[in-house]
This record gives sequence, C-alpha cells and structure tokens, in this order.
Amino acid sequence: MTAIAENFGLDIAERDALKRRLRAVERGRRLRALALVLPLFLFILVSFVIPIGELLRNAVFDPSIRANMPQTVTALAAWDGKDLPDEAAFAALAADLAAANKAKTIALIGKRLNYELSGIRSKILVSGRKAAQLTQGPYKEAMIGIDKIWGERETWAVLKRAGATYTSFYVLDALDLGLDADGALTPTPAERAIYVTVFMRTLNISLTVTVATLLLGFPLAYLLATLPTRTSNLLMILVLLPFWTSLLVRTTAWFVLLQDNGTINDMLQALHLTSEPLPLIFSRFGTVVAMTHIQLPFTLLPIYSVMKTISPSYVRAGRSLGAGPFYAFWRIYFPLTVPGIAAGCLLTFILSLGYYITPALVGGPTDQMVSGIIERAMNSENNWGKASALGGILLFATLILYFIYNRLVGIDKIRLG
Amino acid sequence: MAQDDYVQFVGVQKTYDGETLVVKNLDLNIRAGEFLTLLGPSGSGKTTTLMMLAGFEVPTHGRIFLDGKPIDHVPPHKRNIGMVFQNYALFPHMTVEENLAFPLNVRKIGKAEIETRIKRALGMVQLSNLGKRRPGQLSGGQQQRVALARALVFEPKLVLMDEPLGALDKQLREQMQLEIKHIHRNLGVTVVYVTHDQSEALTMSDRVAVFNDGVIQQLAKPDDLYERPQNSFVAQFIGENNRLRGKVVAMNGTGCQVEIDGGGRVEALPVKIEGVGAATTLSLRPERVRLNPASGHCSNVFEARVEELIYLGDFTRVRATVCGSSEFIIKVPNAEGAPDLVPGSSISVGWKKEDCRALDAAQ
Ligand SMILES: Nc1ncnc2c1ncn2[C@@H]1O[C@H](COP(=O)(O)OP(=O)(O)O)[C@@H](O)[C@H]1O
Ligand SMILES: [Mg+2]
Repeated sequence: MTAIAENFGLDIAERDALKRRLRAVERGRRLRALALVLPLFLFILVSFVIPIGELLRNAVFDPSIRANMPQTVTALAAWDGKDLPDEAAFAALAADLAAANKAKTIALIGKRLNYELSGIRSKILVSGRKAAQLTQGPYKEAMIGIDKIWGERETWAVLKRAGATYTSFYVLDALDLGLDADGALTPTPAERAIYVTVFMRTLNISLTVTVATLLLGFPLAYLLATLPTRTSNLLMILVLLPFWTSLLVRTTAWFVLLQDNGTINDMLQALHLTSEPLPLIFSRFGTVVAMTHIQLPFTLLPIYSVMKTISPSYVRAGRSLGAGPFYAFWRIYFPLTVPGIAAGCLLTFILSLGYYITPALVGGPTDQMVSGIIERAMNSENNWGKASALGGILLFATLILYFIYNRLVGIDKIRLG
Repeated sequence: MAQDDYVQFVGVQKTYDGETLVVKNLDLNIRAGEFLTLLGPSGSGKTTTLMMLAGFEVPTHGRIFLDGKPIDHVPPHKRNIGMVFQNYALFPHMTVEENLAFPLNVRKIGKAEIETRIKRALGMVQLSNLGKRRPGQLSGGQQQRVALARALVFEPKLVLMDEPLGALDKQLREQMQLEIKHIHRNLGVTVVYVTHDQSEALTMSDRVAVFNDGVIQQLAKPDDLYERPQNSFVAQFIGENNRLRGKVVAMNGTGCQVEIDGGGRVEALPVKIEGVGAATTLSLRPERVRLNPASGHCSNVFEARVEELIYLGDFTRVRATVCGSSEFIIKVPNAEGAPDLVPGSSISVGWKKEDCRALDAAQ
C-alpha cells in the first residue's frame, strides 16, 4: 500500500516538474509567435475593430441635445411625463433656445428633433428667435403662445428622451419602430415604414444572386476542374476577366446592354419577339443580372479549387461498385464539393449584402438596397446615427445568418481549396 | 477459346494521343478463379489494361470478353467487377459501414441482408469493431482492408486491384499479401492484380504477365518466370541475373556455343536466338554458379577474380570478374564448409549448360 502511495506521490511531483519545464520551453516560442502576429493584430485593430466599434457606438450615442440644451435636460430630469412639465422646465427651455439661437447651434437642435417629430425644425428656429426676446415669465404661457407644440406632451417626451446621452431612437427607427409619449414601443406608421422592407429586399436580392451564381458557377466549375489543363486555363482566364475590369466599367457596360434602346431590347424587337422595350434596366432584373455577373467568380473559385482536389478515383470507385453516372455524381461527387459550395455561397451572399454602386446605377429607383439608404443617410441627410444604426443592424443580421449557416453547414467544413 | 477463360482480351490496342500505342495488340486469357498479376515497370500500360477491363477506358481497337460476352458497350456500373484502387478511394464522407453498404444499396438488397453481408465482410478483413469510423480515422492498413472488403462485399466474380499495397510499409505489405492470397483462395474469385514489385507478383500469383512497353513479354507461372525466362527483359526484371553478351558460334541439337565479348566460349541453352552468327545475351542466375566445381560436373568452368564480398547473413554475395565482366554475381550460402574468400584472390567457377540461357541481345 505505502509503496503504491509513495510511487503515486512521486509521479505527481515528477509530472509537475515536467510541466514546468515544458512551459518554460514553450514560453519563448509563444513570445516569438506573438511578435509575428502583433503587426497584423494592430492593423486589424486600427482598420477594423475600432471603426466598427465606433459605428456601433454612433448608432446609440448622440449628445447633441444634452450639449445644446443643458438647462432643459436638467429641468426635465425630475419630470414624471404625466402632464406638461412645470414652469421651471419652460423657463429652462426658453433660456436654452435663446442661448442656442445666439450661439447659432439651434439648427442642430432642430435637426435632431426633426428626426422624431417631422416638421418641427422650422418651429424650433422660430421659437428660438422669439424666445430670445422674452425677458420674464411666466414662460409656460409665453412658449405655448409662441408655438402650440410646446403645449403637447409628446414634444416634451421626445425632448426628454433625446436629452439622454444614449438613445435607442436610431436603432428602433431603422427597424420601423418608435416610442410614443408614454415610452411604449409602437410600430412606425405604414406610410413612413421603409427600413424593414429595405432589409428584406436586400436579403432577397442577395439570396437570388447567390443562387444564380451557384446555378451558373457549379457546372462551369465542374467543367473547369475536369477539362485538360490547357483548355481549362483558357476558360479560367475568361472567368477571371471580370476581375481585371473595373466594377464601374462593367456596370456601365450592362447599362449600355440593358437600356430601353440598348442592344438586347433592339434585338428582341428586331426579331419581333416583343413590341415594346422590356424594362431590363432600372429594375430588379438589372440589379440581379449585373450583380450575378460580378459575383460569379467569387462563388465559382472556391467550388473549383475544391473540385480540383477530388480524385477521379472516387467516382470511378462508385461506378465500379454499381452506381450509374448520375447516382455516383449525386451521392459521391456532390457531397465532396459541399465545402466549396458553402464557402463560395457564403462569400457571395455576404458581399452581396453590401452592394451599393450597382443597384444605384442599374437598379430601380424604388428598389435600393440597404447600402444605398446608408449612403443617403451619410452623404445627403448627414444623419450619422441613422447610418450607423442601419450598418449595425446589417452587421448583426449577417452575424445571425452566419450563425445559422454554421449550424446547418458547419463553418469548419468550409474550404477555399 | 477455352471453356474456363473468364476474361479474354483479343487484339486489344490503346492509344491516348493517337500517336503512341500504350497497349499494343494485347491477347490475354484469364481463367475463372485465377490470381493473375500484371507485372511491369511504371508506364508499361498495366493500369490502362485494367481500366479497359473495368470500363473506364475504351480500347482503341480489339475486344474484351467477360464470361464469353463482349463488354464493349457495357458501362462500368453494369460490369459487376470489384475494384481496389491504389489510394483506396474510400468515400470520405461515409463511415466504413456506409462505404460497404454502397454497392448493396445500389443493388436494392434488403436491409437485413445488407447488415449480415457487411458484418461478414468486416469479419473477413478483421475490422468488425471499426464499422462506425470514417476512413480518415483509420490507418493506411485499415483503409486498405476496408477497400478490399468493399470490393468483395457485393460478391463479384472478378476483382481488379491496382497496386493496392503500394502505400504500405514493407512489413504490413507482406502481411496483406498473405491475407489477400487467403481471401482469394477462400472465395474463389478471379483476381487481376497490378504491381511493379516482382517479389509481390511471385508470392501471390497463379500466373504473372510481365508487361513492358505495352506488350506482354511473358505469361507464366511464377517458378517458370524465374527459372525459365523467355527473353532478356524478363530475365533482367525478375530476380537477380548475370548477363554475358556474345555471339553464337555454333549450334547443335540441345545446345549452342557462344563466344563472349570479353573472352571465353560458353555452352548455353538456346532459348531465343536467331542462329549462328547472331548476337545474344546469356542469362545466368547467381545461385546457379558453383565455386570450385568438381571436374565433369559443369560444362562451363572459368577462372574468376574475387572483387568484393557482401555479407548478407544467410548467404554472401560475391562480385567477381568472369569472362571480362566485372559485374558477375555469385551467391554463396553460409553453410558448413563454405570456402574462405578474400578480395583479389582467384577462384574457379562453373555452371551447367541448362542454367545458362541464350536470349535475345536487346537491352
Ligand atoms: N489518361 C491518360 N491520358 C494520356 N496518357 C495516359 C493516360 N493514362 C496513362 N497514360 C500514359 O500511358 C502510359 C501507360 O500508363 P499506365 O497504364 O498508367 O502504366 P502503368 O500502370 O503500367 O504504370 C504512360 O506513358 C502514361 O503516360
Ligand atoms: Mg499504374
């Protein structure tokens, strides 16, 4: 008994010593590995993690009201939201508006509140100008006298919510939701609700393009992988040709081809197949065709390189075991290509979600994708909160899809070659 | 056409590029239940021959018969031929059992029957407990067994194997050679086996077809092939061989005399010579050479100078200069009374006329 126990104890001590020595040896190696990845890590941090973090923060962070209407925000802190606020709040409002009017920051207040209460911008500007002339109370009647929106509970509710540093407004708005005067979640009125439709449209177009590239790319990849090298190299150059042409040039080419008096419509009419030009351009059709053309190599290449690694002896073995050509293809060859299909489709789908130039040029004017809306929010409306919220939701949706995809296909199964 | 010929190649030719014939005029009959090996150097057309039989390549000319019926227009999956590939070609996305079930499912065999057959096949290759594994989780030898079981599980009458043991180490290879041989004997299937390893061919086969350059050089039983090679390629390719080049100077009923280029006149057995005056290569197995032969025992006796001794345990390989050739090898068994040899010494060597075969002069 004791002998065994002693032996055991000795073993443990020895094993600990061994582990320590192993760790000491591996520490140097780990440090060296760390030094090698450090530049890349810093690059990713600066070019990827920080911008995306900033984007996500912008979607919920908006201090413009707090910064420009400090007294009102303080006065509203204790407001229970049941009735109109008290005289002190109105006094703070008048003081803030007057100050903002003087500092010329009142436009910022108007812009921010206008997101939630459309049409309020001009009223704020007028209120600011008039509030500057007020010298004494009671401010409540005076303000309501200037504009009756100050007599509405909803205006104050919006003001109080907007006064917080962090706001859920942009994210909710991007999902066609809003908060009413009592802070309850309500859907955006149908005539203004557009974003869910845009997201669905984006998913729909991306899915269509992915399926189209798969249907076109799979047979082509098979051909490329099975042809003799010389012929397949030539064909491969043709497939890769789009990569060497600028995206804008290619999209413009589609423009020439698809427009009402473009090549295709002229031909169809010359052959008397149609009497009027088909709406090929400025339509969903145009977007899908142009995007499919651009995305085809992205779907095809991973499938091709996986097919290249599949030895012909698998299918031969299947045939020799009694399987007909189609059965052998379906049960043996196809399952072996799934990792390539998974990689190619995921790549195309995610890239398609972010398409912007192509739908803008050849797509329908009311058929824009999320990126188009984001672009407009940034460049035309200067609404960074909205752009960030839409971008964040797109990112989040992509992650969810990626997760589902991982469950269905298994990300470890993906192979690029 | 003999009754028991299961496979027949009749005048089969094959070219891939329209310029060179990879298989030239192949006539080959394979008997039912036979273990026939196609042996030859790499590129000699063995795989091509096998692929034509399996139906994956089409003969450019000639016909192939299976069980008396031409199979030119029978697609591979209807030929009912089992096949073991060099890289095993086990389906990586299926378990071992699913791999074995594949040919049975295709044949629409009942579930219960499939299970018993899989069990039997796995038992045969001693892998009964690995049925749930994927091929990637098996060692090379185990994958080889699964491939063998899969080729046999649907009970084909003919099984083709293309260098099935090429990827295994020597010990495992020798073990598998014996197992395949046993399985062949127990099942009675016809096996066409391809290898470039001559010792594998000699160990396993009933008959061996030696291929070179798309032509069968000799088709014979292993002992015939070794003892009685019909041309100098076979003599050189199978086993160790002493070559002496010379010219035929005389011929009589059962023998001929050859004047060796390096000097000396040798009595030999004419096998493949064109007559007096023709160039020839004499082939002589190293173990047929005697040291200090008793007078009258050997028809050829020559002086030899010992150049090098290589000790190999059970015997010693002696390299000597005989008749001007310094690459002459003699195998001396390390038995009692073996002579003590030293490099540089002179000895007398001899061999019988029948052991020295006069073959064609070709390389
Ligand atoms: N699919 C093919 N296309 C063109 N040439 C081939 C093909 N397969 C084999 N060959 C050529 O045919 C010759 C014989 O090849 P093969 O039958 O594989 O020989 P082995 O199996 O005896 O090594 C070789 O020269 C090889 O290059
Ligand atoms: Mg081969």
